[in-house]
Amino acid sequence: MIEVKNIFKSFDGQQVLTDVSTVFEEGKTNLIIGQSGSGKTVLMKCCIGLFNVDEGEVIFDGRCFSELKEKKKKSTRKEMGVLFQGGALFDSYSVEENVMFPLNMFTKMPFEEKQERVNDVLKRVNLINANKKFPAELSGGMTKRVAIARAIAMNPKYLFCDEPNSGLDPKTAELIDELISDLTAEYNMTTVINTHDMNSVLQIGQTIIFVNKGKLWWKGNKKEILETDNPELNEFVFATELTRRIKR
Amino acid sequence: MGLLHTIGDYVVLMAQTFKRPDKGKVFRKQLFIDFQHLGVDSIGIVAFISLFVGAIIAMQMAYNISSPLVPLYLIGYTTKQMMILEISPTIMSLILAGKVGSSIASEIGTMRVTEQIDALKVMGINPANYLILPKITASMIYNPILIVFSMVIGLFGGWVAVSITGIVSPVDFVIGLQAWPVPYDIAYALIKTVVFAFIIASVSGYFGYTVKGGSVDVGRASTKAVVSSSILIIIFDLILTQMLLT
Ligand SMILES: Nc1ncnc2c1ncn2[C@@H]1O[C@H](COP(=O)(O)OP(=O)(O)OP(=O)(O)O)[C@@H](O)[C@H]1O
Ligand SMILES: [Mg+2]
Repeated sequence: MIEVKNIFKSFDGQQVLTDVSTVFEEGKTNLIIGQSGSGKTVLMKCCIGLFNVDEGEVIFDGRCFSELKEKKKKSTRKEMGVLFQGGALFDSYSVEENVMFPLNMFTKMPFEEKQERVNDVLKRVNLINANKKFPAELSGGMTKRVAIARAIAMNPKYLFCDEPNSGLDPKTAELIDELISDLTAEYNMTTVINTHDMNSVLQIGQTIIFVNKGKLWWKGNKKEILETDNPELNEFVFATELTRRIKR
Repeated sequence: MGLLHTIGDYVVLMAQTFKRPDKGKVFRKQLFIDFQHLGVDSIGIVAFISLFVGAIIAMQMAYNISSPLVPLYLIGYTTKQMMILEISPTIMSLILAGKVGSSIASEIGTMRVTEQIDALKVMGINPANYLILPKITASMIYNPILIVFSMVIGLFGGWVAVSITGIVSPVDFVIGLQAWPVPYDIAYALIKTVVFAFIIASVSGYFGYTVKGGSVDVGRASTKAVVSSSILIIIFDLILTQMLLT
């Protein structure tokens, strides 16, 4: 479980997040939704410690991240898996080396065991026969899957995904969503997902927060979101012809 | 104000860089890659330029020293001194600043804008230490080797030039090369080289690491890396010469 308490964040005087508080639950897919530029990525980067917050705190199962000593911070980081918007694969390493990277850095496993672990997670994300390929040779969907594989290689307790299915066709997008949701249940992770894709919201939105102009606007789940009377959220949810038809 | 800020950021980054690597094995592997990438891959250009510059200097010296009052072996001697004291350590370092510096800045800069550095950081790795330290170490070990190599090739180039043109007999030239050997000259050259190597790798690492934005900014950072390290090399050349030779 991750508790976000009263977070404020600004860049050069521009207030991006204002007093955001929420709880991301364990074993669930927790969605952060909102328009482009509303502050989703900034919120996620505050959670994983890439941005220092101006005020407020993020608590990982009782551990307040900003107050931890450097060593504890490091060990908490090892419990996090992060999927960046662009994948952020190391482009000088092959698929296999990318996935093995955290194992090389942080474990003393013998090579065979690491190899086995790599093959397991690659199989888990449905990527076979791509071990020796380099990131430049992968399609968008494959890149995302390798990035997921790398993120879960260390069996994280917390998984963060920034727009895991943006730029993918609807079918592949759905597969990625299912994959993340299955992994979450399987490993009982606390998963946080940024998205503005309504398909994902309706499919895997176990808990949902709606961020608008840097403020927490609404909390709920995928059932409640279709029945909300919050005007801004309605505008967001029923922005497309498809969702308007669902409503009717 | 901007300059002070930059220097401050640079010092902070170096403090992060010079930490004990998380894993010795991973560091050694990275170091080996950088030896190849920054060192071995530069042999060709260093050999080519040294050979020609050595030849040109020998010919210019012959042109300058064409008085019957001056012994001919001075041509070999002055060529040697110029190669060892200045051409090899400084000019080759400037060339390496262009080749190696731009490569370091663009590699690290690309990793920054594609969030690879953020990915390292959230894994709990110190990215500055992981990325920059092996490059600085590799440059400081390998550049002196390249520079000694450049001296040898340059003097060989001079010998070839005088042999072909016959301005002076190769025997006189070789006598000049052997005249008044001063081991301290080589030490002076190597000390300069090591300092320049540190400048190239750390300054380029800094500009790559602090890129903000996209591919255009990576290009800009790479230019800044080359320009700044070249300027610093020349300034430190003056300082070190004052300290070590006068
Ligand atoms: N590093 C930064 N420096 C300055 N401003 C930033 C930075 N990162 C984000 N911002 C600003 O914060 C605001 C929120 O950006 P953010 O990236 O969180 O949006 P988002 O909700 O993730 O949008 P998208 O769906 O397009 O990814 C934007 O106005 C952006 O300009
Ligand atoms: Mg975003």
